[in-house]
Amino acid sequence: MSASHARRAAVTGIGVVAPNGTSTDAFWKATREGVSVIDPITREGCEGMPLRVAGQVRDFDPPSAIEERYLVQTDRFTHFAMAAADRALEEAGLGRADTDAAPFSVGVVTAAGSGGGEFGQRELQQLWGKGSRFVGPYQSIAWFYAASTGQISIRGGFKGPCGVIAADEAGGLDALAHAARGVRRGTDVIVAGATEAPLAPYSMVCQLGYEELSTVAEPDRAYRPFTSAACGFVPAEGGAMVVVEAEESARDRGAPVRALVAGHAATFTGASRWEESRQGLARAIQGALEEAGCAPEEIDVVFADALGVPEADRAEVLALADALGPHAGRVPVTAPKTGVGRGLAAAAVLDVAAAVLAMEQGVLPPTPNVFDVCHDLDLVTGRARATETRTALVLSRGLMGSNSALVLRRGAADAS
Amino acid sequence: MSRRVAVTGIGIVAPGGIGVPAFWDLLTSGRTATRGITFFDPSGLRSQIAAECDFDPAAHGLDAEQIARADRYIQFALVAGEEAIRDSGLDLAAENPWRVGVSLGTAVGGTTRLEHDYVLVSHGGQRWDVDHREAGPHLHRAFAPSTLASAVAERFEARGPVQTVSTGCTSGLDAVGYAFHTIEEGRADVCIAGASDSPISPITMACFDAIKATSPSNDDPAHASRPFDADRNGFVMGEGGAVLVLEELEHARARGAHVYCEIGGYATFGNAYHMTGLTAEGLEMARAIEDALGQARLDGTAIDYVNAHGSGTLQNDRHETAAVKRALGAHAYETCMSSIKSMVGHSLGAIGAIEVVACALALAHQVVPPTANYETPDPECDLDYVPRVARERRLRNVLSVGSGFGGFQSAVVMTLPREKTL
Repeated sequence: MSASHARRAAVTGIGVVAPNGTSTDAFWKATREGVSVIDPITREGCEGMPLRVAGQVRDFDPPSAIEERYLVQTDRFTHFAMAAADRALEEAGLGRADTDAAPFSVGVVTAAGSGGGEFGQRELQQLWGKGSRFVGPYQSIAWFYAASTGQISIRGGFKGPCGVIAADEAGGLDALAHAARGVRRGTDVIVAGATEAPLAPYSMVCQLGYEELSTVAEPDRAYRPFTSAACGFVPAEGGAMVVVEAEESARDRGAPVRALVAGHAATFTGASRWEESRQGLARAIQGALEEAGCAPEEIDVVFADALGVPEADRAEVLALADALGPHAGRVPVTAPKTGVGRGLAAAAVLDVAAAVLAMEQGVLPPTPNVFDVCHDLDLVTGRARATETRTALVLSRGLMGSNSALVLRRGAADAS
Repeated sequence: MSRRVAVTGIGIVAPGGIGVPAFWDLLTSGRTATRGITFFDPSGLRSQIAAECDFDPAAHGLDAEQIARADRYIQFALVAGEEAIRDSGLDLAAENPWRVGVSLGTAVGGTTRLEHDYVLVSHGGQRWDVDHREAGPHLHRAFAPSTLASAVAERFEARGPVQTVSTGCTSGLDAVGYAFHTIEEGRADVCIAGASDSPISPITMACFDAIKATSPSNDDPAHASRPFDADRNGFVMGEGGAVLVLEELEHARARGAHVYCEIGGYATFGNAYHMTGLTAEGLEMARAIEDALGQARLDGTAIDYVNAHGSGTLQNDRHETAAVKRALGAHAYETCMSSIKSMVGHSLGAIGAIEVVACALALAHQVVPPTANYETPDPECDLDYVPRVARERRLRNVLSVGSGFGGFQSAVVMTLPREKTL
């Protein structure tokens, strides 16, 4: 189809519900300032867990954001998703009147790595503690991975292509790329992203088997990638949704094109085989650059995966060198997720949100809690760095073996 | 984009038949594989019946470690994948692994193990502050839904785009559709596609009980799944897995592969109506059909067979009948439509891929599988549902459709390669 190369996929709105801010402004301010919000887990039922700290969304009041009838039938991860979608659409200037006029032109794509864990645990407790007739009518639609896409579609009246990537961490980027391809295939708007809520007691137990998980109890020492003290990653909840829109659709309605989703590629190198992820990530970067028609030297900033496991960090640094050549030693690299934790598939979507804002503001956010970098890497540490930024590369790897790279171009008026 | 996508291998684990020959034998015999639940004591449940697989992983070549690590639904995918790769004749060692992708669907993933270990850590549902020391060693793999595609990619050494798709009951169709687009767009030359689910566990049975979606015909399980029949009363839970080797057509031809059929088009839309409800009009499913036909450059009158979602709920049967009429017009009465869920039950995310395999076999054998148990017509559902007996028919282009919780409406068009249709 000839449309596939003619139509470019833009980002026209961002909605964030993150541990460090539940609005785009609050998120960006905290991200830019390098505020770390990782802190002890206070969720009921998590007291005896060997996992002590996480990035928790504290400043979010579901009833003020979501109607009661949707609240009762959904888990926390879907509350985040619905609220983030609302904010993204609002930023994009897309109101109900716009989308109702062409419902098949608006789709929804999410990545989901954990599903409705808190809701599911409650219903499992009803079933096993009391009996099957105590299982409520919403278990069948709240626990499964498709809940957020379905509810956003229904709540907004969006009848376009709807999809769900049930993903490891890299799936956040894959979902945005899936949305961008949907736009290239002809859908005008796709609300896309990921939110996660994996901090209910049983969900936490489910993650304890990951040897990459940090069990350090001091919040500022628990997640320090690219340092000799790297000891794993800290989990998190929250996430972001973005409006991915055909550039021409945005221009037609006078909406600002904030960034372009220019290129993406994904590879697989096996669960926890971090050394092999070097080659997989390098190939993903090369594929994304190729699709974007972008030379390595054009990359102005890299948002790193930054797992915080020594061999994984080393593999990422080497992958950058393999894919970007000498430019890898010069390009600024950042990992703001060290201040909020790593919320499964949502982490990379927050990085995309930060990358779009960084390009708009000409400011690279720092990597909180990380100081003595033990790799040949220009990691942005301490304070934000002001610099003209036109092109960003966002990287993500998953615990189940996926590697993904996404190239974003600044969209602003200077592109037209 | 001129890249065409061929199906060159198929493999299946389904109730009533492990492997393609047994599966096709069941479908064309019109027998049913639905029965009283044997996996656990279902007393207390409203629906106590299911289509269970008699599956012995060791007999199908999985070793002790694979069996311990892999949840049942992943075992299905590994066994079906093995059959599909063997069937395709593909020498994976000779392929560029970075050009081989995986796209597999599942609706509920590792739920069965999640529930099993939950019972341990909660001391039988007695405590919210669960005791992590009671958890099994593979729980994290059940928690991560991407374990499905990951396990299959590791087994077959695929290094291209690997993803798990989870769009409820359209997961299987969507996973095949994503794989089709992945090859068409040039991101891979080969894709191991399909879906798997093993949802027959207390929590999943109980949650469908709670909304009365499943059939309560506990005294006659063999005849409980009655799509399009006036006396249908809900779906019968199933399980299973199906895997297809999708391949860029020239790539398949260059190695002289047998081509079952081509994937001609795929589309999905949301109904934006209700998480579990369907409209009487079927507008969105009709749109998916029309879009998929458009990609295949076919008119609706070219469809020789429709493989229905046919879950056997009143709203589904009417919604789907309306959708097919809307998309195919008067031709809806000329073509035929059947639901294999009447025989193998509804395995949630897996069934879409199982139905795609059924379509590939229908094209290969020029035989339409029937709708078992169809006896009493529903005046609102007045198409030809191929009652009870398989039918020989000239088939060139077939359509498979699905609906899922969340409002997903998907359609896949499959065609015989042109040189075969002469």
